[in-house]
Amino acid sequence: MSAHGETAAAPAEAIGRPTSSRRAKDLGFRLGLLTCLGLAILLLGVLLWDVASDGVDRLSWDFITSFASINADQAGIEAALTGTLWLMGVCAAFIIPVGVATAIYLEEYADNTKWYNRLIEVNIQNLAAVPSIVYGILGLAFLVRGPLSLGPVILAGGLTLGLLVLPVVIIAGREAIRAVPPSIREGSMALGATQWQTIWRQVLPAAVPGIATGVILSLSRAIGETAPLIVVGAATFVAFNPTGLDSNFTAMPIQIFDWISRPSNDVNDYKPLAAAGILLLMIVLLFMNAIAIWLRNRFEQKW
Amino acid sequence: MTDDRQEQEQRAPEPEARGLRRSLDVHHGDHPAPAVEGAEPKAKVDREAVFQLEDLMVSYNAKPAVRNVSFDISVNEITALIGPSGCGKSTVIRCFNRMNDLIPAAKVEGKVLYHGQDLYASEVDAVEVRKRIGMVFQKPNPFPKSIYDNIAFGPRVLGMKGEMDEIVERALVHAALWDEVKDRMKTNAFGMSGGQQQRLCIARCLAVEPDVILMDEPCSALDPISTGKIEDLMMELKREYSIVIVTHNMQQAARVSDKTAFFTVELGEDEHRTGRVVEFDDTEKIFTNPSDPRTEAYVTGKVG
Repeated sequence: MSAHGETAAAPAEAIGRPTSSRRAKDLGFRLGLLTCLGLAILLLGVLLWDVASDGVDRLSWDFITSFASINADQAGIEAALTGTLWLMGVCAAFIIPVGVATAIYLEEYADNTKWYNRLIEVNIQNLAAVPSIVYGILGLAFLVRGPLSLGPVILAGGLTLGLLVLPVVIIAGREAIRAVPPSIREGSMALGATQWQTIWRQVLPAAVPGIATGVILSLSRAIGETAPLIVVGAATFVAFNPTGLDSNFTAMPIQIFDWISRPSNDVNDYKPLAAAGILLLMIVLLFMNAIAIWLRNRFEQKW
Repeated sequence: MTDDRQEQEQRAPEPEARGLRRSLDVHHGDHPAPAVEGAEPKAKVDREAVFQLEDLMVSYNAKPAVRNVSFDISVNEITALIGPSGCGKSTVIRCFNRMNDLIPAAKVEGKVLYHGQDLYASEVDAVEVRKRIGMVFQKPNPFPKSIYDNIAFGPRVLGMKGEMDEIVERALVHAALWDEVKDRMKTNAFGMSGGQQQRLCIARCLAVEPDVILMDEPCSALDPISTGKIEDLMMELKREYSIVIVTHNMQQAARVSDKTAFFTVELGEDEHRTGRVVEFDDTEKIFTNPSDPRTEAYVTGKVG
């Protein structure tokens, strides 16, 4: 090691300001990012504005409580609204227990070296990417007709949507469970808790925020799906509310699609109806998300 | 100190309160208690062995990590496992309560006898084992719950009978933490300092009334003052429990332990490192007059 003494005498050079080219690059990068963000928000904003300006006049309590009608003035969305709510209920009731249980099995119990477990894992990733119409055909073949023969009813529609979004819940659930530190599990097992007690009392409560996010994402996707419901047999013109799991039904996306596809003339203008329907769909979605976010925050724990 | 005597009488096991004892037969019986309070008998008392290791070997993915481990853990003593990093001390201590079962790649061979019964026999339930043999980890790992719920978790899942408030208070008193937290039992456990969190983990372990406490480098993440508090706690606890501690800190081993096992690591033919026990004896002998030159080199600081 050389002596330090000699180099200490000269004063160190003061640290200068960033060069102008560096500042220009930084600024350019930030502007680029802001432009992209602005573009995305602008597009969404324009879309929302367009829909709102068409539909907000038509959005009223009458609209929500009337049934569909040939008369555009009297038409309402009640049947579709209640249909959608029923479908979401069935969907959630299906995906939450099945999705969480599958995630627990894959993360906590499955031995990754066994071929069948690896097969399940690979397939779940694939299933998340399958087009939704394929699920519609699956539902038609197995739920509406075929082995279960439920008919074109709420239960079949809800389960079809559930199957569609189940992979999202499973994947999100697995990520949430994996994020729980192993030290928590070790501490619990070292006290003499069984694996199930550890999962139920330590791992799951800690994984709730992640699972809730997965459920939010899933239901948000399911609420807007039209194609599988058409295949499963959601009716287009329905003038009654579903009375149970075995009712025929319609759903908001289908009703909106129906209104959009009708030619408008001077007597009957369906466009505002469609726009109002879209607004209402978004409101329902926001409401569902709010509930899920509230649930997530209640269980949020700080590490 | 009279509380401890009362505690000891209260702790006489009631089989119903302890739940099912399917396979393990434990004699909490009569240990020779020190005649004078606080003074350890200087003469070698032939103590009952809580654990007997016979040629224990642990392998990960068919590669042996530690082998030829054979020594006894005596009751109401603190036994320290010391040695350089990577020599298998943590692996061995995890064999005592079957925590290595949680690692699929690990394979345990040889015998681990607990009060004469082989812990790895097929009819022995690992969950039962862990009820009687508790563990404190290197990094304090309180649950993300309140202090009260942390301590109450063990008794709740084990279905212990009794007033939960009393059980929690007793455990915290035992761990010398009660006075510091009694006013904030319902606050989050993460609001405590590192030393307090570790004592919380000890209290959590005590709440399920184990027979043995295993400590895997409990003070390595703590400052010297907290370390001192926990060492004092260990000396108190050894009256009622048997303690096995893994430590990197030789002075700590010299301060608190009655017996010490010195581990070292050997290079095999295929460049694979395997740990083994070099020497096991009274702590005083290991540190003042070790039999093996490797031990001497380690404890005198000639070798890291």
